[in-house]
Amino acid sequence: MSRTPLDTVEHAAATPDVELPWAELGLKKDEYERILEILGRRPTGAELAMYSVMWSEHCSYKSSKVHLRQFGEKAPQSDALLVGIGENAGVVDVGQGYAVTFKVESHNHPSYVEPYQGAATGVGGIVRDIIAMGARPVAVVDPLRFGAADHPDTKRVLPGVVAGIGGYGNCLGLPNIGGEVVFDACYQGNPLVNAGAIGVMRHEDIHLAKASGSGNKVILYGARTGGDGIGGASILASETFDDAKPSKRPAVQVGDPFQEKLLIECTLEAFKEKLVVGIQDLGAAGLSCATSELASNGSGGMRVTLDDVPLRDSTLSPEEILMSESQERMCAVVEPEKVDRFLEICDKWDVIATVIGEVTDGDRLEIYWHGGKIVDVDPRTVAHEGPVYERPLARPDWQDALQADDANKLARPASSEELRAQVLQLVGSPNQASKKWITSQYDHFVQGNTVLAQPEDSGMIRIDEESGLGVAIATDGNGRYAKLDPYAGAQLALAEAYRNVATTGAKPLAVSDCLNFGSPEDPAVMWQFAEAIRGLADGCQQLGTPVTGGNVSLYNQTGEAAIHPTPVVAVLGVIDDVTRRTPVAFQEEGQLLYLLGDTREEFSGSAWSQVVHDHLGGLPPKVDLERERLLGEILISASRDGMIDSAHDLSDGGLIQAVVESALLGGKGARLVVPDGLDAFTLLFSESAGRAVVAVPRSEEVRFNDMCGARGLPVTRIGVVDGDTVELQGEFELSLQELREAHEGTIEALLA
Amino acid sequence: MTARIGVVTFPGSLDDRDTQRAIRLAGAEPVALWHKDKNLHQVDAVVLPGGFSYGDYLRAGAISRFSPVMETVIEQAKAGLPVLGICNGFQVLTEAHLLPGGMLGNDHLHFICRDQKLRVENADTAWTADYSAGQEIHIPLKNMDGRYVADRYTLDELEAEGRVAFRYLDFNPNGSLNDIAGITNEAGNVVGLMPHPEHAVEPLIGSGRTDGLPFFTSILKKLVTA
Repeated sequence: MSRTPLDTVEHAAATPDVELPWAELGLKKDEYERILEILGRRPTGAELAMYSVMWSEHCSYKSSKVHLRQFGEKAPQSDALLVGIGENAGVVDVGQGYAVTFKVESHNHPSYVEPYQGAATGVGGIVRDIIAMGARPVAVVDPLRFGAADHPDTKRVLPGVVAGIGGYGNCLGLPNIGGEVVFDACYQGNPLVNAGAIGVMRHEDIHLAKASGSGNKVILYGARTGGDGIGGASILASETFDDAKPSKRPAVQVGDPFQEKLLIECTLEAFKEKLVVGIQDLGAAGLSCATSELASNGSGGMRVTLDDVPLRDSTLSPEEILMSESQERMCAVVEPEKVDRFLEICDKWDVIATVIGEVTDGDRLEIYWHGGKIVDVDPRTVAHEGPVYERPLARPDWQDALQADDANKLARPASSEELRAQVLQLVGSPNQASKKWITSQYDHFVQGNTVLAQPEDSGMIRIDEESGLGVAIATDGNGRYAKLDPYAGAQLALAEAYRNVATTGAKPLAVSDCLNFGSPEDPAVMWQFAEAIRGLADGCQQLGTPVTGGNVSLYNQTGEAAIHPTPVVAVLGVIDDVTRRTPVAFQEEGQLLYLLGDTREEFSGSAWSQVVHDHLGGLPPKVDLERERLLGEILISASRDGMIDSAHDLSDGGLIQAVVESALLGGKGARLVVPDGLDAFTLLFSESAGRAVVAVPRSEEVRFNDMCGARGLPVTRIGVVDGDTVELQGEFELSLQELREAHEGTIEALLA
Repeated sequence: MTARIGVVTFPGSLDDRDTQRAIRLAGAEPVALWHKDKNLHQVDAVVLPGGFSYGDYLRAGAISRFSPVMETVIEQAKAGLPVLGICNGFQVLTEAHLLPGGMLGNDHLHFICRDQKLRVENADTAWTADYSAGQEIHIPLKNMDGRYVADRYTLDELEAEGRVAFRYLDFNPNGSLNDIAGITNEAGNVVGLMPHPEHAVEPLIGSGRTDGLPFFTSILKKLVTA
């Protein structure tokens, strides 16, 4: 067998004319030319592999960077922020010496190709980000979007995604406490599988991804490196799916949750003994990313011997080892005298750990293979100084026509019978129906600290058993609103998540986001993207909740058809005493129902317009963030002072959706009356923002009304918790049984 | 003095800390036991908690039964040491032949997590004395492989001897034969069940009920008065 000579740095310098497959690796011509310029010679194959994955859209944020800067520039002053954008995940101070880290990421493309593994490894990746900050993961959430509920491919993708999330998260012992499931034909072929995780640590345990201290050892630990996911980062994220191209199937990684569970435990044990100087998880771009980022963030250089990487497949080339996205691996920087103890802990947990290199006092990242130097680069040029694009953007020419097509003009129910029928149709529609068939495949109970889980407005976890300190998280996004107006749509997503956290009694503190859009090469998509970020950054500034980190997923489109712009926003909140939390379910008959906020005739983008008329047009509900803040303060005070026994935010589906959910969860009905100044239809289906419905014990009625009055929040009595029907006086009555059948059977009938 | 109750941590155990908390809340002292350590450190009883002990890629509990700690647990359980197996722990107990039968994948092929209604059928075991026979309780259930099966002879024997400790009520969540949720050995010292009593020990948390606490108070009373 003849061998081609190893493509070392020396060899590359001596053979400048060798053609390299830079285009196949997803690099543009000018990007390749920049690499030539940086190195002053042609790259070696290994260097090209590193640059190509690290400069991919997925890793470099090259199209989004110029817009994402606003999150930093407009960040509100917040004492709570301990670590901001740029690390593996943001960290927030929640009091009593605790810090919480949280983040949402996408695993959209892999989950379409291979739903189970794509979704499973999405959970694995976000959880490693949390561990890498020094925290014990305590919960996961999963905002999901699929094509039409009755499309055959949805039946392929959804069950696999749900089983993958459950199969991985359940085995890790992480309660799944929230998220969303949304169906819309625009996600056909481009499902959105976003995964979020929360971790808790003491302030002093925060760890960062940096390699410092010359002579410190670089330890790779966890799974062996195999051929899975090679080039996944660059190939899967930088091209849209197209039938003409070869199958990308082998590019999806395979997860092993048991290995990840071991990784969590041994990492936390190493942290506890203060053995770790710097740490980075291996996700997209694998070792290329971990080594270049650790070195780039640190004070010195790094030397790595690739021969020492434990392999699952001994035939892998050095380029493949650098690009492999094998799951369940991490990289730690450890002082030499602590290496033995670190390896001992890994051995206790049966985790393979290998010293693969060390921190040097130079400023180069040097990687060796079979004695030859195959990489010699300035790590910053790989990790942080990738290309930055100012992509052209243009407001789509269809935007005006779309906004002019107002849903307020649609035919409304003409009789009480029709109104009643539309209520049933709405609560039984796939988007508004109970997602129990899905969420019952996730463990909510493990770790024994779950206070609230879906379908509550936010998931809530107790973090201190003595004091009752807890954190809450809600994720929301409404692609329909964002399509109508991306700026307002992003703010409405923020407002909804903020409101959901406050509704459960927690104070919103910080934001993470997952920005799902079409191709950045389309100026219309780029405009949506820029508008959404501007909206979100302005909104966070106004609400005082900084963006701590997040993720951008572009190229969610097939051919010309992009998904709705879908910014998904996660809001994290804190509650001093979880026993004060407010649930969604009605608790006691006789309690008074109050509608908080203003209800206007706002139906554009609404669930009603989609379910009854299959319509999308007009302008989304008006955003008033000052009102959201006031509503939030009232809900938090009322929860703390025991003035409300249940509360539910109003969002898609409007008031009737909220009342039906509270009634079914509590097993208690409601008698509603249409208040002065509103008609029945608007009361039930309007999606005006800044609203919630609360149940107030009669003994608290005066106190609650006085508080709202004193602070200027409109409050309207709309009925009482009572009986086993939901009744709108003078219009209709629906038994809980009938509502339950409509609301709870839909998803299983479509997907089981 | 109080009782010392060991909780085994296998590498993939998930509910070990929850079980320790439940033991503490019942007033006993939880003792962490490690799967590689044969020594039970003089505990008075042992709980095998839920989780995926060794990943369960082969068959739930199939590898754990060979672990060093199980050698001692098996030996002492036969001599009367009270042992409770919860979910994966139940699977380990059947694999170790401390309890008859075995567990297959749920009949609907999905993981299922729900607050499950049960009837206590046997309130005479070491772990159920604080319940009354026929009592109906709600305990969270969460599993992938929870379908209890045994041959007809074994089932008849379990039923005849009153060794079905818990039965699913209203809804059989996994296709278990005879709606069996949990069983006991003849002596009543070894009990296994699929639902998770350690997730029902505090109001507000988990299912928001405390129906699971009597497992831990039962054993504490037995050990303290013994």
